Amino acid sequence: MISLHVNGEVSKVDVDPDTPLLWVLRDNLGITSVKYTCGIAECGICTVLLDGEAVRSCSITVEEVVGSKILTIEGIADDHPVKIAWIEKQVPQCGYCQPGVMLQTVDFLSRVPDPSGEQINEALDDVICRCGSHPRMKQAIKLAAGMTSTAGVKS
Amino acid sequence: MTIDITRRTFLQQSSLVIGVTLLSNSFELCNVSFVRAGSELTFKPHAFLEIAKDDSIIIWMGQTNLGQGTHTGIPMIIADELDAAWKNIGVKMALAAEPFKDPLWHVQLTGGSTSIRHRWDMLRQVGATARQMLVEAAAEKWGVSAEKCTAKESKVFHPDGRSFSYGELVETAGKRKIPENSQLKDAGKYKIIGTSKQRLDIPDKVKGKTVYGIDFTLPEMCIAVVARPIAYGASPQSYNEQAAMAVKGVVKVVPIDDKIAVCAETTYAAMQGRDALNIKWSEGSHPDLNDEYLDALFVKHLEQPGAVGKESGDAEEAFAQAHKTVEESYKLPYISHAQVEPINCTAHVEKERCRLWVPTQGQTVAQMTASKITGLPPEKVEVMTTFAGGGFGLRGEPDPVVDSVILSQALGRPVKVIWSREDDFANDYFRPGSQCRIKAGLDKEGRVVAWIHKVAAPSVMSRVMPQYVEDGIDPDAISGIRDMPYSIPNQLVNYVMLQGVPIPVGWWRSVGYSVNVFTVESFIDELAHKSGKDPLQFRLEHMEKGSRPYKLLSLLAEKGAWNSPVTQGRARGVALTFCFESIVAHIAEVSVDNRGKIAVHKVICAVDCGTAVYPDAIKAQAEAGVVMGLSLAFHEEVHFDNGGVKTANYDEYPVLTMSEVPEIEVHIASNNLKAGGIGEPVLPSVAPAVSNAVFKATGVRLRELPFKTELLVSG
Repeated sequence: MISLHVNGEVSKVDVDPDTPLLWVLRDNLGITSVKYTCGIAECGICTVLLDGEAVRSCSITVEEVVGSKILTIEGIADDHPVKIAWIEKQVPQCGYCQPGVMLQTVDFLSRVPDPSGEQINEALDDVICRCGSHPRMKQAIKLAAGMTSTAGVKS
Repeated sequence: MTIDITRRTFLQQSSLVIGVTLLSNSFELCNVSFVRAGSELTFKPHAFLEIAKDDSIIIWMGQTNLGQGTHTGIPMIIADELDAAWKNIGVKMALAAEPFKDPLWHVQLTGGSTSIRHRWDMLRQVGATARQMLVEAAAEKWGVSAEKCTAKESKVFHPDGRSFSYGELVETAGKRKIPENSQLKDAGKYKIIGTSKQRLDIPDKVKGKTVYGIDFTLPEMCIAVVARPIAYGASPQSYNEQAAMAVKGVVKVVPIDDKIAVCAETTYAAMQGRDALNIKWSEGSHPDLNDEYLDALFVKHLEQPGAVGKESGDAEEAFAQAHKTVEESYKLPYISHAQVEPINCTAHVEKERCRLWVPTQGQTVAQMTASKITGLPPEKVEVMTTFAGGGFGLRGEPDPVVDSVILSQALGRPVKVIWSREDDFANDYFRPGSQCRIKAGLDKEGRVVAWIHKVAAPSVMSRVMPQYVEDGIDPDAISGIRDMPYSIPNQLVNYVMLQGVPIPVGWWRSVGYSVNVFTVESFIDELAHKSGKDPLQFRLEHMEKGSRPYKLLSLLAEKGAWNSPVTQGRARGVALTFCFESIVAHIAEVSVDNRGKIAVHKVICAVDCGTAVYPDAIKAQAEAGVVMGLSLAFHEEVHFDNGGVKTANYDEYPVLTMSEVPEIEVHIASNNLKAGGIGEPVLPSVAPAVSNAVFKATGVRLRELPFKTELLVSG
């Protein structure tokens, strides 16, 4: 049995230690907001936060995350600036990639609280959104950054 | 104004005006903000609309939610004519059913940018009729004339100010006859249409609560992955079933024709089991097929005369009289849908029924497919449409339905079939590649007097709707040419249907226009430059003054400051599309460095889609169209090798990412015309606007997609 710390709760799962975290979250724990898309860490859509850092859950084994705190989008408060900004700017289209993109943004803003446009481009350049919601993602990241700095909210 | 056809539809469905909603009839897809009382008497004057005693209003959707905004846009239209309070409106996805079929195409599907444009009158009539019934119900209760009562914000008001809420009128309204004539609003009276509501599906998507097909689960469900031939026409020669069965969690290995399915308790076990099969495949039917082979095949086809798709005037004669003749060739690749959610379907076949949970764009096709396999009548096949993680046309194909139904039958359990990303690229029904040759004649004044356009391309319609292919002409393959928005007196359009390759082709966002608008809009630009004229002015000179395309292009010229100087080092290009009853045009502002790198700084988009029902969703689609259009321009191309698809994953099929997304400006032309399509028209003119700007900047014409930027290297 492997113990996983996900969204503040500890769960035990009976899987091979080399099973990708993605499939354990989805199939064993039923956290389907973590999405399978490419399986090769190319698209960023399966991103989760591991001790606050964005990682691609398709390409990390469950064994490697034992002892770490895992956050999926459900573990981010509904009044978090990133979630508020994502709704305010009406970002998602199909929405499939957005949990991963938002989590990568949470990590990014925790390190770069007041990013320039160029920094946003660089930080989000390795995620895929096939619908093309990028212009709105960009606006939402700026809005979330502004909310964080003015309200002193920590991600 | 009333619509006869809508009234007939109403009558067909009005046998049960009062209904008790059964839970089995619904699939909770959208947790919207209101809470509705349990199953109780409701007023359901139409399959699309249900009003409960607690004032909640449900709009039942038959269109697939792909993120395009329809699940808010359609409710907005009904709610406006209903004079409903927006806060009462909720949305639910309905089981596939007759009333949700496209009124013109008679199948239930989400494609062709039809969701609203094919139901523009119907949706308004649904709202208006229900409103009239509620007003009459209130009047009946008060004993006054209905003409004296008014409706507003989900209430009917007595002349003295008393009111009933719609919920209070459910019972009385449900007993009334469907009225003969219901007055539709004049456009000036709209309160909801034309506003930008918050999209109803967004909060759940942001919270991670949305259930896509791939997320769907049932008790006792198996997950299956299917090994499919690695080359076209290949079949398995040998495989190791034991090794697959030895993987923990694998339940069964099931051969289906030339495919082998591995069913397991978890997705990862199924994938591992499939790897363990270690299948040896036969060579396949076209071992020589690769990129070079394909290219040569297109060239060879282009040498043939082709069938006549359009002929007006006498093009050959006009060339004899022409002052100048221009001739060029263009080339476009096969492209993949690359929608982010892999193809999937969950099926549960039981003795008396078959249920499907599938992110499909083609409900009727899914239903008929399952009916055929199971032998159950179509009405015993329940199709529940889940949210879809993109689609762009691919989700109209029934492939995952076939496999999941067969496997559910084989296992006697619910089965969810999931394609891996590699399956998705290898088994796509691609947007066809295309090559063409265009020749035009200009007179002394620089007007186009003749246009001969020959296209060599595979045919989508021959596979999916062969009844529309006549005399060798697939109308889709020459769309955007046969109906180009320019008046040219002598035209000849030829089509050579590409034969001899097994690559399946299918519908892809904006279909034939995604190909031909690039060639037409590039070539018209070439002609403008050959005539020494401004490309935008040249286009206007070939349009009817005051027509919709003329006005839209003029609007774009104004908004995009076409006639004012551009920033030093940059150049502008323009292109136009008229398809799916809407007109879209783009100005791209670019610069090119001496290594041939193109930077797109800004794209300005103008849209005339008739009545702008939901402006923010139109804007979102237009922005997305620019992103996808640039993705086609710079990156997208499927490669073939060894008789099959070489492109395996996103690392080999890059799509546009954040740093390449320019500043985008969208301008919506306002008018009160019938609502047109939006999802597709926003795409085709992006790439040619950019290549036209590149020509302006460098004098080099890019006639191939994706752009071969090595042509631009200078010095």
